[in-house]
Amino acid sequence: MSAVIDTPGHGHADQDDHAYHPSGLMRWVTTTNHKDIGTMYLWFSFTMLLIGGVLALTIRSELFEPGMQIVNPEFFNQLTTMHGIIMVFGAIMPAFVGFANWQIPLMIGAPDMAFARMNNWSFWLLPVAASLLVISFFVPGGAPAAGWTLYAPLSTQMGPGMDLGIFALHIMGASSIMGSINIITTILNMRAPGMTLMKMPMFVWTWLITAYLLIAVMPVLAGAITMVLADRHFGTSFFNAAGGGDPVMFQHIFWFFGHPEVYIMILPAFGIISQVIPAFARKPLFGYASMVYATSSIAILSFIVWAHHMFTVVMPTAGLLFFMYATMLIAVPTGVKVFNWLATMWKGSMTFETPMLFAVGFLFVFTMGGFTGLMLAIMPVDVQLQDTYYVVAHFHYVLVAGSLFAIFAGTYFWIPKWTGRMYDETLGKWHFWLSLVFFNITFFPMHFLGLAGMPRRIPDYAAQFTGFNEIATIGAFGFGLSQLLFLYIVLKCGPLGKGEKAPARPWEGADTLEWTHLPSPAPYHSFHDQPEVK
Amino acid sequence: MVGLALALNAGLASAAYRLNFQPPVTRIASEIYDLHMLMMYVILVIFCVVFGVMFYSIYAHRKSVGHKAEQFHENTTVEIIWTVIPFVILIGMAWPATKTLIAFKDTSNPDLTIKATGYQWKWGYDYIKGEGEGIAFLSNLATPQDQIHNQKPKGENYLLEVDNPLVVPVDKKVRILTTANDVIHSFWVPAFGIKQDAIPGFVRDTWFKADKEGTYRGQCAELCGKDHGFMPIVVEVVSAEKYTQWVAEQKKKSAAAAEDPNKQWTMAELQTKGEKVYAANCAACHQPTGKGLPPAFPALDGSKVATGDKSVHIDTVLNGKPGTAMAAFGKQLSDADIAAVITYERNAWGNKTGDAVQPAEVKAARK
Repeated sequence: MSAVIDTPGHGHADQDDHAYHPSGLMRWVTTTNHKDIGTMYLWFSFTMLLIGGVLALTIRSELFEPGMQIVNPEFFNQLTTMHGIIMVFGAIMPAFVGFANWQIPLMIGAPDMAFARMNNWSFWLLPVAASLLVISFFVPGGAPAAGWTLYAPLSTQMGPGMDLGIFALHIMGASSIMGSINIITTILNMRAPGMTLMKMPMFVWTWLITAYLLIAVMPVLAGAITMVLADRHFGTSFFNAAGGGDPVMFQHIFWFFGHPEVYIMILPAFGIISQVIPAFARKPLFGYASMVYATSSIAILSFIVWAHHMFTVVMPTAGLLFFMYATMLIAVPTGVKVFNWLATMWKGSMTFETPMLFAVGFLFVFTMGGFTGLMLAIMPVDVQLQDTYYVVAHFHYVLVAGSLFAIFAGTYFWIPKWTGRMYDETLGKWHFWLSLVFFNITFFPMHFLGLAGMPRRIPDYAAQFTGFNEIATIGAFGFGLSQLLFLYIVLKCGPLGKGEKAPARPWEGADTLEWTHLPSPAPYHSFHDQPEVK
Repeated sequence: MVGLALALNAGLASAAYRLNFQPPVTRIASEIYDLHMLMMYVILVIFCVVFGVMFYSIYAHRKSVGHKAEQFHENTTVEIIWTVIPFVILIGMAWPATKTLIAFKDTSNPDLTIKATGYQWKWGYDYIKGEGEGIAFLSNLATPQDQIHNQKPKGENYLLEVDNPLVVPVDKKVRILTTANDVIHSFWVPAFGIKQDAIPGFVRDTWFKADKEGTYRGQCAELCGKDHGFMPIVVEVVSAEKYTQWVAEQKKKSAAAAEDPNKQWTMAELQTKGEKVYAANCAACHQPTGKGLPPAFPALDGSKVATGDKSVHIDTVLNGKPGTAMAAFGKQLSDADIAAVITYERNAWGNKTGDAVQPAEVKAARK
């Protein structure tokens, strides 16, 4: 595209090559460059990670000992709710969109995203939504306190904070849908000549599938929360039995969004891991085609398992059996992915720089989250574990050790390409080991708490749960503080520009277009002329 | 990791570090226990095999030990094998799970049927069918506030104790109907292996048959607002004789408590009774000081409702305030209770209305 515009004799010299852009703050506000927007997404999500982390540490402090010490029960509920919403919609999802923005054009040999201005808009909606969430803490009644799932009719009881929360979710949903349209269009239309779908890097594949999931389910969430809004203010009774509604309907609609949402947060992580492991094993991904099929099957299955979040609500026996079997079935494609990664490592020539450490750490700890997921799929066992700390342990194993570790792996992997500097390898390794150890100290004991009968979302607990809660709190502080190290490492090679200069291809086994065709750092405008892929 | 390992070892020796389910006392709960153990063993084997391979590969196939990368990829046979094996394992797991699930859902032919109603934040029990039919009571957290706020040492059953436990006979099939008055709650007794959400406006059911006498403790398992962590469930399983005795006592108590609806109460009687009702039902939100926790839970001290027109006050307590956390207490409390608590609220703290509300007035307002 730019090749057409940059005809000789065109305009001022400083506008050649699109090199002209405003400086200072306006550069970021008005930018339509996929690299700038990707960077903003990543910094935004890291900021939200820290905010959500502070909420989490407040929760863990209150739970260090039985009795109420730091916060009161209403505020505790606000903390758990906002921790969930901020981490899911503010930290994990935007981080992956940030990766998509930076990497998809680079990996398919495209000059930018398909809809550059919409890209700017879909990012700048996010700080607005985040501000609404933060402001909700300061309105009468405080922030939403009905859990991140916002179950009606509890969510119809809340103060104006809930309305702000609903509005924020609407905005973030719109942002995600725009981002997805952009990603799908870019992938389907702007691949370098010769790059067929089945030659795309796995990361691009997983994002293509994720983007379809987002378009399918974000409107469903919007519908559910709009109905809550109508019940709250416009006298409707969607979820109010007294007016002929059904509170359980909210859960069905919510989880029809909510379960695919889980895969929205993990499929791009699978993509990152599928780039990192072959690069450091110096060996091609074992089963490329079967990885594509496994990812697609996971995405399709994610639409027919939602009610496993509702085993204790009530369903006919046949319904319970269906959702139990369908859920168990997910273990098959997930297993295929894990086996493929192992087979990729097998007989490779592995080195363990920080990205690979995080990828192997992901494989190890995420799989444990998969095992507990299988346990929870068994309906009679789930009856005992539903809404306990076992579930809390399970989803932190897949979302922190899964999604977040993959985000770390991806950051260390690509930061040389983004900044032109190598990160500090020693500090990176420290970051990995501290994160891994403290993660397990925090969340492993929660399995035992759940088995022994501690419900989740309670601000105070019976004395027999004290020991493991103390351990978890200590681990949480260690994990939280370790992330400041990550901030320092990124600042060092990013904004501060310190560290060794990165070569175009710092990783021996990395063979996608951004490593083979572009220098480090990737120039502000790349792939004017699309490369030919054989 | 060392610290964790030490903690785990210490845990094996002490009840403070329980590692597994509570000891089951029903058939379903033991089946769940066994199912969980079976799954654990299978998972442990898979874990050892998969990560055995991974760690061996990490050890042997490193560049630093001079291993050269082989470039193989795709192998249909291998890929079919590792798709089929997990599938077969899953079928092995699904079989016992299906059997337990079907038994779990069979609520037919109960000896005793009890309705458990979730309120923000307490449970109400109605004995609907079987021995003890007609008994009904509320079950509140019995742990005093000063233990929760760390002013007094915590008792043995901190947060898991109630004023009126649910009493059931041993070896009898008890069907629990669950419903709720305001938001969704969940009735959970771990030792029985039951957890059933209580949905406002709908009735769901579950069942248990306890095979051992004793006291079993559970909690509400669905986030239901501010005091979700403070609405425990205590079930006492007693012998058939003891149960019959308990039923007789309850009947006597309720006969004694049935007040003459036209009796005129004195101000002092109303206030004494009202203070108790207030502490059990209102203080969680409006606070013992009457200052509330604004804005969600407004102050009663000096409020328009508690110092203004009596009939508005009675209507608020009876029917609640839709769209807010204020529940309708009309179905939970008797006329005398409501009259007493309103009288108390209108004369406690800085409220000096001098009004006494008689049960007859409440009864009239119910229509």
